[in-house]
Amino acid sequence: MAILVNKDTRVIVQGITGGQGTFHSGAMLEYGTKIVAGVTPGKAGESIHGIPVFDSVREAKDAHDATASIIFVPAPFAGDAAMEAIAADLNPVVVITEHVPVKDEIRMIHEAKRKGITVIGPNTPGVITPGAKQKVAIMPGHVFSAGEVGLMSRSGTLTYEIAAGMTNAGIGISTALGLGGDPCVGLTTIEAVKLFEQDKDTKALVVVGEIGGDAEERAAAYIKKNYDLPVVGFIAGRTAPPGKRMGHAGAIISGSSGTAAAKIKAMNDAGIAVAEKPSDVARLLKEIM
Amino acid sequence: MKLFEHEAKEIFRSFNMPTPPGGVAKTPAEAKKRAVEVGKPVVVKALVLSGKRGKAGGVKFADTPEEAEKFAEEILAMRINDLPVEAVLIEEKLDIQQEIYAGITIDRNERKYVVIGSAAGGMSIEELAEQSPEKIIKMHVDPNLGFQAYEAREMAIAMGFKGKQINQLGSFFLKLWNIVDAFDVELTEINPLILAKDGRFLAADARLNIDDNSLYRHKDFIEKIKREPVEQNERERLATENDMAYVELDGNIACICNGAGLTMATLDAVSVYGGKASTFLDLGGGADAKRVERGIEIAMMYSNVKAILVNIMAGITRCDDVARGILSARDDGDIKVPLVIRMVGTNEEEGQEILNKAGIPFLKTMEDAASKIVELAKEVA
Repeated sequence: MAILVNKDTRVIVQGITGGQGTFHSGAMLEYGTKIVAGVTPGKAGESIHGIPVFDSVREAKDAHDATASIIFVPAPFAGDAAMEAIAADLNPVVVITEHVPVKDEIRMIHEAKRKGITVIGPNTPGVITPGAKQKVAIMPGHVFSAGEVGLMSRSGTLTYEIAAGMTNAGIGISTALGLGGDPCVGLTTIEAVKLFEQDKDTKALVVVGEIGGDAEERAAAYIKKNYDLPVVGFIAGRTAPPGKRMGHAGAIISGSSGTAAAKIKAMNDAGIAVAEKPSDVARLLKEIM
Repeated sequence: MKLFEHEAKEIFRSFNMPTPPGGVAKTPAEAKKRAVEVGKPVVVKALVLSGKRGKAGGVKFADTPEEAEKFAEEILAMRINDLPVEAVLIEEKLDIQQEIYAGITIDRNERKYVVIGSAAGGMSIEELAEQSPEKIIKMHVDPNLGFQAYEAREMAIAMGFKGKQINQLGSFFLKLWNIVDAFDVELTEINPLILAKDGRFLAADARLNIDDNSLYRHKDFIEKIKREPVEQNERERLATENDMAYVELDGNIACICNGAGLTMATLDAVSVYGGKASTFLDLGGGADAKRVERGIEIAMMYSNVKAILVNIMAGITRCDDVARGILSARDDGDIKVPLVIRMVGTNEEEGQEILNKAGIPFLKTMEDAASKIVELAKEVA
């Protein structure tokens, strides 16, 4: 078991004919992901890595019984692409694209909510379930091994860093999930905790957060009240100055809110073991599992 | 993109939102001229993209054009939060009955716009939230419907306004929402929104930030205001051009990494070992040899940099590519300070071999690399 992505997931790649879409479709296929179709309006009839391309998500879904979508469409068109996937009832909808206008994000997130669909991202590395050999993601598959720890994060390479550390320490992952680096994302930290809570095969959680907003504080409060399994946390940006966006649009300390100190305190208060360095995550997991 | 007060007010006026009469001045003489045009006592305000302008002395009231000239001279010579004041705004000084706060921003948790109002304007919303949270009214905007006129009136009522003021202030909030919607605004504040003694509502201040990711939709406007969306130094500009995220800090170790989270974590690791970072440089996904070399070049342009730490977690990126980029930067003579490389992941062995042959030290863990670079930076400093 796992969350969001499992052996039955059948994926559509929106923007499959673009550079990123083509490259990562190849990487996903190599990993084992069941990509059943691609979509690029106006390019029906082409094929990429042997995958048929359609003009619309609806046609692609009808022809190949797809269940999920991953979006590589450029930012000005990504909001529309997500709306199209949501309209076709694909679930989850994983939006890899960075720099999507926040107004478009708000629209897609609430339309998905209304229909009970999970949007992951935008600006996410995606979702990977190593046990099912399926990734709807740009994550490098080889750093993740199958196991019982749920991993969620607001960043990409930091997630790989921590996953690689876990793999080296012999700790496997049920599902690893990139929540996205933007201020407004579909699946939130607290919602991700709730999903993992329902998964019987996830026996511990790693929550990788960063400065900006208070998603980690909210998740920590929820964990304190409701979640009985071991949790390890890490917060990036302890030394970030206020008022500067640290790469991610969402990673900014505004006034006194969004600081790493507040997040670490909330995690400590909730009984979460907080790692000082990425490599401490695997060590702490060994101690508490 | 942050707008200057006069730019924001131009948008306000185009939506029929009243602002005090006045204009921009770049010299004291111009300021005097504007004050004569206003023909009444004026306020002289520094035009800077920074909050806390009033506290820094960047807002002064002048009774005569001569006084306006003198204050303009003082303010134009100031730096506010380390930003030069290149122009001032001269506006009629209003007879104030009441100062109000009006703003719209994004609630990250709800993923909705939120309209904020308070009858106790004048101070910062953060102070207000701390001292009298009950005086702040917040209304979330339905993502499908937008902010409705009746909601805007409800806002005015909740803020304690009565009679015809309900419609007047309601209309102000509605216009503000229409601006947010039209210009992809991520934050706007009018503080204070003035209720003048003569009963008019006017936007005395204006803060307006447009979502950077939406700027492609607002090219006409950016062209009209005749300036670059963001003020950047040479290094920041080069980083933006190369699609890298770059932030300067006050330490002396440049951290060049791939991915924002990893770069932040690397800065933190440097600090754990007693060092201080000068540079946050995120090369982004798919960093190839050219990007690595370019990143090092940009980092070296900042005079604070006394040591460089390259930390790469190679997923899509390949370590041999990174190694070639480093080699090329060194051979071009770009690297004039101690350098530590740490990289793991795809094609790690190949990358290691390239560096070994070139005699460039290479470490396997982030911890070792961070502690090593701190040591080297101390030796140089």
